[in-house]
Amino acid sequence: MDEVETRKLLERRLSRRTFIKGVVAAGATATASAYLFRASPLLGAVAQSTGERLLTLNVNGQQRRVDVLPNETLAQTLRYKLGLTGTKVGCDRAECGSCTVLIDGVSHYSCSVLTHTVRARSVTTIEGLQNPDTGQLHPVQQAVLDESGFQCAYCAPGFIMAMVELVETTPRFTRDEAAHALSGNLCRCGDYQKILNCAMRAGELARAARG
Amino acid sequence: MAKLIGTDIVPPDLMAKITGRARYAEDFRVDGMVYAKLLVSPVPHARVKRIDASRALAMPGVVGILTADDLPELPAPGEQCLTNEPRYEGEPILAVAAVDERTAAEAVEAIEVELEELPFVLDPLESLKPGGPDAWTEGNVLVERKMKSLKWTGVDFSTVEQGQVPVGEPTAQWSLGDVDAALAAADYVLDESVVHQTQTHHPLEPRSTLAYWRNGKLFCHVSNQSTARMRTAMAAGMGLPMESVVVIAEYCGGGFGSKITGSPIMYVAPHFSKKLGRPVMHRVTRYEETHFGRSRPGFQARVRMGFRKDGRMTALDLFIVEDHGSYSGGGDYNTASNLAHFMYQPENMRLRAVPVFTNTPPRAAQRGPGGIQIVTILEPLVDKAAWALGMDRLEVRQKNAPRDGATFGPRGTTASSIHVQEAMEQGAELFGWKEKVALSRRKEGSRVTGVGMAISPYTAGSIGYDGLVIVRPDGKLYVQQGPGNLGTHSVMDTVRAACDALGMPWDQTEIVWGDTAKGLPWSCPQGGSQTTHAHTRANHAAGMDARRKIQDIAAQTLGGNPDDYDMAGGRVFAKSNPGQAMTFAQVAEKAIALGGRYDGHVVPEDIHAMTKEAAAMFVGQGLMGVARDNFGREANVTYSWTVGFALVEVDTETGEVDVKEYVAASDCGVVVHPRSLGAQVLGGSIQGMGVALRQRWVYDQRFGEALAKRLYTARPPGILDIPKEMKWSAVGIPDPATPVGAKGIGEPPMGAGGGAVVSAVADALGGTFLKRTPLTPDLILAHLAGVRKPWGPLEVHVG
Repeated sequence: MDEVETRKLLERRLSRRTFIKGVVAAGATATASAYLFRASPLLGAVAQSTGERLLTLNVNGQQRRVDVLPNETLAQTLRYKLGLTGTKVGCDRAECGSCTVLIDGVSHYSCSVLTHTVRARSVTTIEGLQNPDTGQLHPVQQAVLDESGFQCAYCAPGFIMAMVELVETTPRFTRDEAAHALSGNLCRCGDYQKILNCAMRAGELARAARG
Repeated sequence: MAKLIGTDIVPPDLMAKITGRARYAEDFRVDGMVYAKLLVSPVPHARVKRIDASRALAMPGVVGILTADDLPELPAPGEQCLTNEPRYEGEPILAVAAVDERTAAEAVEAIEVELEELPFVLDPLESLKPGGPDAWTEGNVLVERKMKSLKWTGVDFSTVEQGQVPVGEPTAQWSLGDVDAALAAADYVLDESVVHQTQTHHPLEPRSTLAYWRNGKLFCHVSNQSTARMRTAMAAGMGLPMESVVVIAEYCGGGFGSKITGSPIMYVAPHFSKKLGRPVMHRVTRYEETHFGRSRPGFQARVRMGFRKDGRMTALDLFIVEDHGSYSGGGDYNTASNLAHFMYQPENMRLRAVPVFTNTPPRAAQRGPGGIQIVTILEPLVDKAAWALGMDRLEVRQKNAPRDGATFGPRGTTASSIHVQEAMEQGAELFGWKEKVALSRRKEGSRVTGVGMAISPYTAGSIGYDGLVIVRPDGKLYVQQGPGNLGTHSVMDTVRAACDALGMPWDQTEIVWGDTAKGLPWSCPQGGSQTTHAHTRANHAAGMDARRKIQDIAAQTLGGNPDDYDMAGGRVFAKSNPGQAMTFAQVAEKAIALGGRYDGHVVPEDIHAMTKEAAAMFVGQGLMGVARDNFGREANVTYSWTVGFALVEVDTETGEVDVKEYVAASDCGVVVHPRSLGAQVLGGSIQGMGVALRQRWVYDQRFGEALAKRLYTARPPGILDIPKEMKWSAVGIPDPATPVGAKGIGEPPMGAGGGAVVSAVADALGGTFLKRTPLTPDLILAHLAGVRKPWGPLEVHVG
């Protein structure tokens, strides 16, 4: 762009935008806001007419009563109302899979599920895999330990939940099939080789456990 | 006893990572915590004329606002976390805090900001044109730390029509020999212009911060790569003494250079918390991460190379226009030039460069900064020269790449241990270079095979940091670790050096990390692959200090000389009579009884103040080993190398590149943790392939707004994108300039992976390098169809 062109362009832009100038910045931020949560009164929020409803959720085998907004996502509820911060939010737009949880045994991006839709269903998060009484790990967790899976591990809870679905629904799978089953999750460290090693090992352990 | 170095040990933090107990910055909660949301600039360059927050502040639940006026001003081109003159779309202008995040966001909506739009520029070359816009009102380049407006002449720009980067006045340069004469005398000369696109870091964990103040002390939970060095950075940034800052950073969800010691945005929470007198959680979104989460500076580079008939590179002339982004963007161009000289050792070389500010997001080091840019630019050109000279591509590299003892750069820098030749040999063998090259350009249906390789060096170690270990009366070894836990395992793995010095088993070793209130010694920052080298040394130093003290105590207690004693399994025993022994628990008790230097009452003078502070916390608690790494280094620097080999298939109907096979061989000294090394090398290579093939960076040219701002538009490689077959190996030659022999490896795989696939794609396209990365399918299809792209060959931010 030469100077004249640049100036013309700026003029066009300004005229296009002048009418919204006063609030232009605010409007842009509105679309920028990703997942937003409303804290429960327990966290010190002031009472507002927010439309919250008290629901009972089944999370990791426990009945949890929680106030939920109509537009609240499961990731928000888990992380900010139930204290289950093991579920990570990497993108909040169903792109990265860090927030993957199981709903009735099926993997879902919890950033893209509204909490009120899972009322009658059973939710499993990373915190729900280890046996709370015996401390025994789920075969997938054991497999990750065996194979030293993951680097920064921000993606790990999501990948592990996707792997749990894989080993619990598929008795035998190839490395290729594992890759497809896990392709809804991103690992930014690129540690996919080890992740696939973990999945294959998890398959072995799950088969051994089933006998 | 067998050493721990060189074995596979599961990192002790993995259990927390797989059960959801590992807490990253945004996983912490504090009573009374409020939530901050940002108002960011919707335009690439503007001046804030007026802010009216009255409606927002009157909303129930809103507790306050923070603007640039609340913060100290920084001289140009300093970057403060909030600004009254945003210089890129997405730059934060102000923050609002409320009792919950939704209220904060609604309050942001209610704020009126009047902006006066200013001229902006996205492309460095546009800014250098006569009359071109400057990204800052003060100018577009930095000369001797002062902003200046640099414009080239119309004549300079006459080369653009031929697709060549204009060679105008640079702001940085160095040279060796006589490049022009060497080019004139060369048997074969190349003169090419290549564009390397800017790319966002996109660590999976956004850079959130929780901050609060207690009794005048600042407590910060920060998503960052380093721990000890984050503390000093935070103290400097907040104008506080080090003692007044506590950093808690137990886990970091990736940084790749963008969080070495944090980044400006992490100052919002501490400043805001101070203003409000309440804890502030500032949760960063993916959208925001795209804008202020840092990015790798792109290059518009002109490369002239001269070769002798026998394949020796005699001249290299680099002219680099670096897209410096809106703030201080790093010296990638300079690193790139040094690496280029290191790789090919031309006797005549010149760098001329100009880093130009643009109204695009701030740049920062990104894994292998300057490295992957120059490797992906040079390697396909070296291939071209090899083909023109009728030589094998591996042979040309063997001819030019350095051997141990070589020097590089304008000052003749020496490096401690150079084994790229061995890595090339090992990698070529593992890959089957000869057999694979025979498959080159083979067509099968719509798919064409290409084979390529790349050599990639990078810094791999620093020296002079401290180690701190304590043997306590429980008989265990406690190793205090200042490095951050950024995913490389180095914070855990370097502890082995202390264990091996003491013959200490891993299961009797406790690692303390991630919280500066727990007494962490002075450490290197986690950048430039320093840590493995720096902290195997520092922990070896502390371990050897403890070893000497344990031997002293054994001799004092059991008789004889200190040298008569050896140790293993948590016991010290006489070499001649292993029954004559003390347990480490007994040694610890004895050390406490002796006091002085044995239990930390007296510490060395030369350790850092942070280490002294940490050591003071453990006085009288056991036998203390504490020392600075005074081992020195024969050479100026330490470098590692990764050599990458790739076999790809390019689909001529879809333009897709399928990387079928990949091999990476590394020279990184003694291998500390084989499985983790493999993960670093292959993971880094995959990241490099992402840079070279798929991560887009696109800006609306008219309005200066980001278009590829999410993970699906700027997508890093997924699990289906990786090569089916990946192998790694390491030369394993110990670096003699460091006592443990180990060097770092984080950076070099980036260039190896990126360079090898770019080289292989050019091979598949009949030896045609498209002179632009990322090599997206549309770029490849346009080339195959002979279609001109809607943009010029030098334009940036278009793909």
